Amino acid sequence: MSRENTAHLEGLSPYPYPTRGHRQAAELELRHVSKRYPGQREAAIGDLSFTVPAGEVCVLVGPSGSGKTTAMRLINRMVPLSGGEILLGGRSVLDREPRELRREIGYVIQQVGLFPHETVAENIATVPRLLGWPKDRVRMRVRELLELIGLDPAEMSGRYPAQLSGGQRQRVGVARALAADPPLMLMDEPFGAIDPINRTKLQDEFLALQAKVNKTVVFVTHDIDEAIKMGDRIAILREGGMLAQYDTPKAILARPADDFVAQFVGADRGIKRLSLTRLEEIELLPPDGAAPASRRLPGRASVKDALSVLLTAHGEALAVVDDEDRVTGLLTLSHLERLIAKDSDGEQRQVLASAGEAGS
Amino acid sequence: MTGQLAAAGPVIPDFSQHSSSCAVHNHLFCADWVKANWGPVLWPALRQHVVLTAIAIAIGFAIAMALALFAHRHSWAVQPTLLVTTFLYTIPSLALFELLVAPVGANIYAAEIALVSYTLLILFRNILTGLASVPQEVLDAAEGMGMSRRQALIRVELPLALPSIIAGLRIAVVTIIALATIVYTIYNRGLGVPIHNALGEGPFKTELIVAGGMAILLALLADAALVGLQRVLTPWSRAREAS
Amino acid sequence: MSEFREAFEFIFRNGEVPGYPGLPSLAHLTLETLKVGAIGVAIAIVLAAPLGIWLGHIHRGSFFTINIGNVGRALPSLAVLAIGDAFFGLGLGVVEVALVILAFAPIVTNCYLGIVEVDPELVDAARGMGMGEWEILRRVELPLAVPLIFAGIRTASLFVISTATIASLAGFSGTLGDVIANETSYHFSGVLGAAICVAALALAVEGVLALVQRALTPRGVKLERAARKMDLAESLAV
Repeated sequence: MSRENTAHLEGLSPYPYPTRGHRQAAELELRHVSKRYPGQREAAIGDLSFTVPAGEVCVLVGPSGSGKTTAMRLINRMVPLSGGEILLGGRSVLDREPRELRREIGYVIQQVGLFPHETVAENIATVPRLLGWPKDRVRMRVRELLELIGLDPAEMSGRYPAQLSGGQRQRVGVARALAADPPLMLMDEPFGAIDPINRTKLQDEFLALQAKVNKTVVFVTHDIDEAIKMGDRIAILREGGMLAQYDTPKAILARPADDFVAQFVGADRGIKRLSLTRLEEIELLPPDGAAPASRRLPGRASVKDALSVLLTAHGEALAVVDDEDRVTGLLTLSHLERLIAKDSDGEQRQVLASAGEAGS
Repeated sequence: MTGQLAAAGPVIPDFSQHSSSCAVHNHLFCADWVKANWGPVLWPALRQHVVLTAIAIAIGFAIAMALALFAHRHSWAVQPTLLVTTFLYTIPSLALFELLVAPVGANIYAAEIALVSYTLLILFRNILTGLASVPQEVLDAAEGMGMSRRQALIRVELPLALPSIIAGLRIAVVTIIALATIVYTIYNRGLGVPIHNALGEGPFKTELIVAGGMAILLALLADAALVGLQRVLTPWSRAREAS
Repeated sequence: MSEFREAFEFIFRNGEVPGYPGLPSLAHLTLETLKVGAIGVAIAIVLAAPLGIWLGHIHRGSFFTINIGNVGRALPSLAVLAIGDAFFGLGLGVVEVALVILAFAPIVTNCYLGIVEVDPELVDAARGMGMGEWEILRRVELPLAVPLIFAGIRTASLFVISTATIASLAGFSGTLGDVIANETSYHFSGVLGAAICVAALALAVEGVLALVQRALTPRGVKLERAARKMDLAESLAV
């Protein structure tokens, strides 16, 4: 995933303090974390260890009963830790009062939990107010965040949650979590309650947001497709919080650690891998001035989308275009086949990008 | 008991002191009698009635709030508290007043203890229901964002419980205003005094209607005022209606 | 407290006051109170319940029922009785009318609320299955509304017993209020004794009605409400 240069955002604050997130996102480490509920034979989480590098999105995914939500809630101490350590930026989470800790962690839950009796602005301002920020700093921050999530501050600040659509509420929930510029964000199935069309929109918006703010994010979902789309790294958990595999999406799709992972990822993982490669990254056929292709896709679209289009193209070529709608190359099913064959040869990595590649 | 009431003043002087032909003939409403007796009889009774009610509601609300906050945190306390407050509520007013006179005496304390007892069930139940109706995810979000339990209570739970609390206050206030008309049987204050006096003679219609009418009006005005207060304090529910 | 002891003695003597033969016995007065109250509540139920239930079923008249509930609470029993006395004299009929007026409000409000708050999806499903309006009322709405309907009846009964005793203050005779209003004859011990009887009567009535309510509440509803925290409180809605 490419990160936009945030340098252009600096120096824009008219105040003597930065209103925009400049804090380093922190590294999160779980060391032999365990959780046992009294009276239950099996531990909810047996022994879980992994590290999320600063600024990355780690998705916890697994079937129900895998303890993914529990693991997330251990981090901000909503659930008390039975054993092991959790380190945020090198410092144990047990180091301070839970509520102090939580003010440093953005928390987004599925039903959002916006305060119905407060306006959008007041909701977003919650943690800054708890931290004692001066009033105008709070106001600037609220404005900034509303713009960040694509809502007009003038129109939306004074609205109440009951007056918002589901998607708007979700966005406000994310803004609220970002308000105090926390080094870590925890998100528990945040888009689960949204309809599929808007869910995709929200996912894309979040990814764009993340590109700007670069937070360390722990994201819980049961949906492997969402995990693949959103995560820089994916932690696949099985029953009892056992870590089945922890790696980048490409690596997991290319080399699932065991049968469980392979099955969880889905028999269509080959096709899923296609979604991780963009058309602008592969070797396309040169543009054919003669026949204008009636199908076009932007360079940003995935090979999977291209395959989808090609399957109904009746042999016609697909044109790949850039931002100015100029054709940069063509793609046909047979060419795609050739590229895949090259991959399998082990020589060139084209369509099915290698597991070793860092995020691109 | 009746001896005490006699000390309130015989009715006949009121009657004939400012008697007009209207009063003597016991017509429905004698404005001149009302004007003449507003100062000495009616207004003091009204004032006393308001004071009796205000004290009862203030104390009752404080006790009920304390009980409700406790029961909200320790759910085992809900049933026993409900049992006791229901028991108190069930005892008919006249009986409860008399029962309290034995230990406490025929004074304001007995009156207020009884009136407060009648507020407890309604207020306790409504405050508790209001607190319990806050959606779980809102509480989860509040805790997850780093609010302490006290902060969550004051900034989230209580505001969201307000509609239910005010509904309870409305019922309690109206009930107490009506009940306070009986207080006179043990303590010589309130609008029950002129009502009783009017009953003794005749009955004296004007006094009856004015005093009784004032009690009813007082209750309805208080109810309306509380509705207004709720609208002011909960702007978000209006927003919901509008959207 | 010696007063209580004397009061209980008074009760056990069945209300006889030495030196005053011929006063009505306590037992008799208690029964009379019960009778007067029962008639009032019964009439009020006959008038108010069908109205409230019907309005709830057609989902109309919420303004009316909610506010009449408020007005009903605001009417001081003594004032109502006194006005009745002023205009019509205080015979049994007038007292009953006053009782019905006071009992009307809680019954109509709670019947309305009980029916209106039945999950509209259930009613919709029933209608979709082909149930007629009467059947829906009988098989779906009424059973589910039992707790609130009974809450209304219980509130009304308390109101009525209370007012029946207060009636004596207004000059009506025949209930336990006679004793309470008449300290000169019965002395404080008598008053206290009668007060204890009134309280006991009210608690007994409340207890019986609670049992009847439990008997009439469908088992499924009981199970569902047991799972919810505010079960008892809701069943005591006033």
